[in-house]
Amino acid sequence: MSILSDAWDYLTTAQNWTGASGITSPTFDGGWRFSRDSILGLGIEHLWLSFAAVTIAVAVALPLGIYLGHVRKGGTATVVISNVTRAMPTLALLTLFAASAIGYGNQAVILAAAIFAFPPVLTNAYTGMADVDPDIRDAALGQGMTRRQVALRVELPLAVPLIAAGLRTSTVQTVATVPLAALVAGGGLGVIINQGLATQRYGQVLAGAFLVAGLSLAIDFVMARLERLATPVPLREAAMAA
Amino acid sequence: MGLYGRGMDAVPNPWFSLDYLTRNWEEVWEQLVIHTTLTVQAVLIALLIAVPLGIAARRIPRLAGPIMGTTGVLYTIPSFALFGLLAPFTGIGRTTVLIGLVAYALLVLVRNIVVGLQNVDRDVVDAARGQGYTSTAMLWHVEFPLALPSIIAGIRIATVTTVALVTVGVVVGYGGLGQLMFRGLQSDYRAQIMTATILCLALALVCDLVLMLLGRALTPWTRRRAA
Repeated sequence: MSILSDAWDYLTTAQNWTGASGITSPTFDGGWRFSRDSILGLGIEHLWLSFAAVTIAVAVALPLGIYLGHVRKGGTATVVISNVTRAMPTLALLTLFAASAIGYGNQAVILAAAIFAFPPVLTNAYTGMADVDPDIRDAALGQGMTRRQVALRVELPLAVPLIAAGLRTSTVQTVATVPLAALVAGGGLGVIINQGLATQRYGQVLAGAFLVAGLSLAIDFVMARLERLATPVPLREAAMAA
Repeated sequence: MGLYGRGMDAVPNPWFSLDYLTRNWEEVWEQLVIHTTLTVQAVLIALLIAVPLGIAARRIPRLAGPIMGTTGVLYTIPSFALFGLLAPFTGIGRTTVLIGLVAYALLVLVRNIVVGLQNVDRDVVDAARGQGYTSTAMLWHVEFPLALPSIIAGIRIATVTTVALVTVGVVVGYGGLGQLMFRGLQSDYRAQIMTATILCLALALVCDLVLMLLGRALTPWTRRRAA
């Protein structure tokens, strides 16, 4: 049981939260980075890495998925992409990037995480747009709407619940992927676990695992709320049934 | 990384090298076997747990919420953290990785079993009941076979995911092919990382194909209907 009390001690020591010399520390080239000994610093870094990865993925996947779904082309391609990324180990992509010209550190992490964040957004945007009832689309066209108006004013609003669900999946998954950054000299809360394992301080390992798991569950909760907010009331029951 | 990067390119460091494979075949083979056996073991154990859970969730509606909720939470906890949570208690090595893999495979399996059982045509169930099937006989002879396509789909997803997830085992020093990726990174050996990556993808593909064929053999009626 000493592991549990060690973990408790780790979490209740103020210095572990603020770091020995603050949340950020200077780097040799005059810049700064988040301190590797501060829970707060690593937590903020964790969120920043996740945010950057999801933003990149959404910026590419959302317009692409909306467009492909609107013209109903490339359905097979989106399925293939999501199947291949499921089989691709995150560690493989991370180590491949780190060993390439991209190099060790957070850049490789953001890029790898963005690639894994990509498919849920793409497939959900595609499905949401493509699965809109053809009768609704025809009615809108019959009322004299242009294709563009149909896409933006009819299909897109109806696709919003699915897009929000895709965003949730991709965000939660990214927050869960970022801990692996610790293996390629990146930051984020995974560092605490990795340091603990390397120095055989299992209390710290447990504390880090709690922090990462807690953050993931919290993000999942928040995203579930956002997903619900983004879903218009009449569509909520349909979403529950699905 | 400037200095480091230049150092890397000074010596040839190809991504693909047959030389690597022929020289290190034994080690690669050993990790491939570990990777494969871990995957198969994890999915089988998870299936043994998921079948009763799925049936319970379907039969006793009151249990459905807690069962899906618990497997859902297990699934949300990042693998890196789960291995970290387990390591202090189950040690460094195979057991820890195995428990983690089983925990992840559970959600997909349970969900597909429940959905498969739910989607069995009510008329078929009524007909079976009319023919005098008891509820246990109906489960094994009517509902379960009809739910098989959904269950096999779940096993396929769980297996492919597990193959990828084994690599995270490097955290506790037991990651199968992930071990090669990680060591390749530490020793800056690109061919080692690439070889392990390709083998990982190939393993996932082979497993998926085998399961697809197995599924076809087990559910001949789905083919007849399609034809």
